Amino acid sequence: MKHMTRKATPHVNQNEGLIFEKSSAGKAAWKLPPLDVPDVDAAELLGTAERKDLGNMPEVSEIEIIRHFTRLSTWNYAIDLGMYPLGSCTMKYNPRVNEAVARVEGIANGHPYQPEKISQGALRILKTLSDCLIEITGMDAITLQPAAGAHGEMTGLLMVRAYHQAQGRPRKKVLIPDSAHGTNPATAAMVNYSVENLKSNAQGMVDVSALAAQMNEDVAALMLTNPNTLGVFEQEIHKIADILHAKGGLLYMDGANMNALVGKVRPGDFGVDLMHLNLHKTFSTPHGGGGPGSGPVAIKKKLEPFLPKPVLMTKADGTFGFDYDRPQSVGRVRAFYGNFGMFVRALAYIQANGPDGLRQTTEDAVLNANYIRKGLEGVYDLPYSTPSMHEVVFSDKVQAKKGVRTMDLAKRLIDYGFHPYTTAFPLIVPGALMIEPTESESKEEMDLFIEAMKSIAEEVEEDPQTVLDAPHSTRVSRLDETAAARKPILRWKPAL
Amino acid sequence: MRYLPKSPGDRETMLKAMGLHSTDDLFVQIPAEYRLNRDLKIPRQMAESEIVDYFRQRSRENGEGFTSFLGAGAYSHYRPVIIDSLISRGEFLTAYTPYQAEISQGTLQSIFEFQTMICELTGMEVANASMYDGSTAAAEAVMMAVRLTGRRSVVVARTLHPEYREVLATYATHQGMPVSIANFRDDGRVNVEELEKAITSETAAVLIQSPNFFGTVEDVRAVAELAHKQGALLVVSIAEAVSLGIVEPPREADIIAMEAQSFGVPLGFGGPYCGVIATREKFVRQMPGRLVGQTVDKQGKRGFVLTLATREQHIRREKATSNICTNQALVALMVNIFMTVYGKVGLKELAKQNLAKTAYAAAQFAKHGKLLFTAAPRFNEFVISTSEDPYAINSRLLGHKVVGGLPLKKFYPELGNAALWCCTELTTRSAIDTAVGLVAESERSVRSAKDESDVEEEVTQ
Repeated sequence: MKHMTRKATPHVNQNEGLIFEKSSAGKAAWKLPPLDVPDVDAAELLGTAERKDLGNMPEVSEIEIIRHFTRLSTWNYAIDLGMYPLGSCTMKYNPRVNEAVARVEGIANGHPYQPEKISQGALRILKTLSDCLIEITGMDAITLQPAAGAHGEMTGLLMVRAYHQAQGRPRKKVLIPDSAHGTNPATAAMVNYSVENLKSNAQGMVDVSALAAQMNEDVAALMLTNPNTLGVFEQEIHKIADILHAKGGLLYMDGANMNALVGKVRPGDFGVDLMHLNLHKTFSTPHGGGGPGSGPVAIKKKLEPFLPKPVLMTKADGTFGFDYDRPQSVGRVRAFYGNFGMFVRALAYIQANGPDGLRQTTEDAVLNANYIRKGLEGVYDLPYSTPSMHEVVFSDKVQAKKGVRTMDLAKRLIDYGFHPYTTAFPLIVPGALMIEPTESESKEEMDLFIEAMKSIAEEVEEDPQTVLDAPHSTRVSRLDETAAARKPILRWKPAL
Repeated sequence: MRYLPKSPGDRETMLKAMGLHSTDDLFVQIPAEYRLNRDLKIPRQMAESEIVDYFRQRSRENGEGFTSFLGAGAYSHYRPVIIDSLISRGEFLTAYTPYQAEISQGTLQSIFEFQTMICELTGMEVANASMYDGSTAAAEAVMMAVRLTGRRSVVVARTLHPEYREVLATYATHQGMPVSIANFRDDGRVNVEELEKAITSETAAVLIQSPNFFGTVEDVRAVAELAHKQGALLVVSIAEAVSLGIVEPPREADIIAMEAQSFGVPLGFGGPYCGVIATREKFVRQMPGRLVGQTVDKQGKRGFVLTLATREQHIRREKATSNICTNQALVALMVNIFMTVYGKVGLKELAKQNLAKTAYAAAQFAKHGKLLFTAAPRFNEFVISTSEDPYAINSRLLGHKVVGGLPLKKFYPELGNAALWCCTELTTRSAIDTAVGLVAESERSVRSAKDESDVEEEVTQ
């Protein structure tokens, strides 16, 4: 409590109702130019398909809309306000030049079907970004089509299936460590693979002997996050790859934690056959309150025939185009070519960094995580003493004795002016506190974070109720999630 | 590096605090043989001014300054300025998925409003927080229908966007979902007789698009009757959201899979866009994607939370309704602001202008080329068949900085020289007249070439 105002001070913020509650007939925030063609009678053109009424759509003025959304925005925490240490989410700074270049006329307004001749600018961006990502991952080819990480996983497993099918049979199952993200098993199910759980060893890494025992010719692939969700680099990665490859299986890497590796080590060099990247994590495109993302999948040569179509190609005259003639392709996973606006931002990020900047970024991300680990060791339980890369996972074991759990600690952290870490994940750590500071935090900000976490630990000892009731300084206190789920209210309705 | 907030001195102090000598000590766990001991071969570090120049250059190579008649699933509508003002606020732009409700009420309330407006516009009872895009939303909606009915096969109209059909085929392949296709009739609508034959007691879903890929409004009620008679669910895809301002929504549908790009989202060479799924309340527990619900805090104050998460991958893992995690939240916010700006009256007037421009253009083009599918209503797209190959016409139009309609033979070979044209409120009469003039010229030259060859033939005879 004594350190509470070092980072944050409560201040007045505006109340604001739902936009529908501000609406009244005749207000407008729009104006159309006069029609330069003859007006039409909609009833005549559309007949019974004509819509007469737009129900409860709002009618408000422009200033009300500006105030409405500005007020709402002030109720959010954001990277722009401070440290956002969500483990596995890589909440790093989102550079503003990325936003500026994504809005340049020909880039923002290019139509996906405009002729190739006048699309060379967009295609060159695709090509340049592809080349950079292939080099960064050490792979041979890439598709940018998937719209997010989980979509990339699906695309990857479709290629795994197609690859095995081409060898004679698709195989039956995918091995997934118990520390994996929930998207991994959900994706395997979408591609009709059964999921076999792989237990972690005492160091939080893949149990290599268990893997060897479980590996057989029914296994299509292992989906491995590296560094894993404990922030631990799989030191025996070469043995893991060898075990997979010896029985014809493929090593899929979930690249969610690529921020720990860029410029320091390349998955393609340690035996990975295919992997997805999250441009919205490692490559700084904004999370935007939950999206959009982008989940390119980088692959080794042997998987190239199975890439989703179309595939970007360089023609004999040096111009770029799309190749649709891909008989072994897994097909299309999305209309058009992917989240192009995110490619623009990711490329601008790579350009702003260059090889030296990307390496320094990775080093700083790992430095920051280890600094926090050092600062909080002994205060919070560290279930795995294996060295950390870009994130560190503690548990609430000590505080749980006082009845305070990871979610309570997280809620109290809000009062100190920080966004919480990731709670209760990975599943192999009961009561996990998963902390990923990223490279974007200064030493001062992290010192404040460490101080806040220590102060909360003291509060747990002295006055646990304060922590259990947190947050105290937000505009709403803890919300009743059970009621929300039991009788869902998923939309506004006018009062009768 | 300008994004990194540490001085060399800071780094040294931090290393020292940890008892380390150099950064290399932090990476000891990576086996030495795999460590990269060279620079990545990527472009050198660039100044901000150089980055801006680079993308301006790419912009000039990318159709900057052209007038376009392209639609086909990606529509050019005016974007009110306040959309970018508001979504650029760091509190929206740089926030994560609103898992911590107490400090995410801004995002949560705006999604709740988004869900509400999507319901109002589609006539559905619930809508989710967004999907990747219209194509994946359609595929996920079909998989939802499979779960709801316990049946597996799907009947799809050939008038559904061809790339949406491709995406569905990809998703369906390994789900053991047989997909059959129903062709279209002379009026551009799906052939209901064919549909009726294709729908059986095994059919989980019938998937159509309205307005369909040709811009034609489908007879949703008739299709719904056929589907429901066999116990199948009707999934309707909407690719042109602005149509909802003046075209009756497909209220008879069980699930609507929408692409909301038209509502304030830049064309952006195909993405990011904003998919949405809307449906009936009774189906909500099989719906994929995030949902925001209203609740109260400990003091009874209204607030919003992510809800019904037991459908989702982070709880249910392989038994989840979908693997979707990241969605299109910031794009959904653009859509939300657009819907708020135009609102109840503006959306209707906006849609009406689209209707008028298109009616004018279709009538003008029809004087020279052949206007197809005239027997059914259309919204803002129409199909013109020309004597000359539309690719040839289009390359002449490019010389006038006009991008002509989308040649359809790639997707529908039997339509020959037909092209799909689109007009929105941004299409000016003079642009229409220019394009019509060039098509007229093409028709005249083909005709006179034909006349000449006829004369030649007569002479030789």
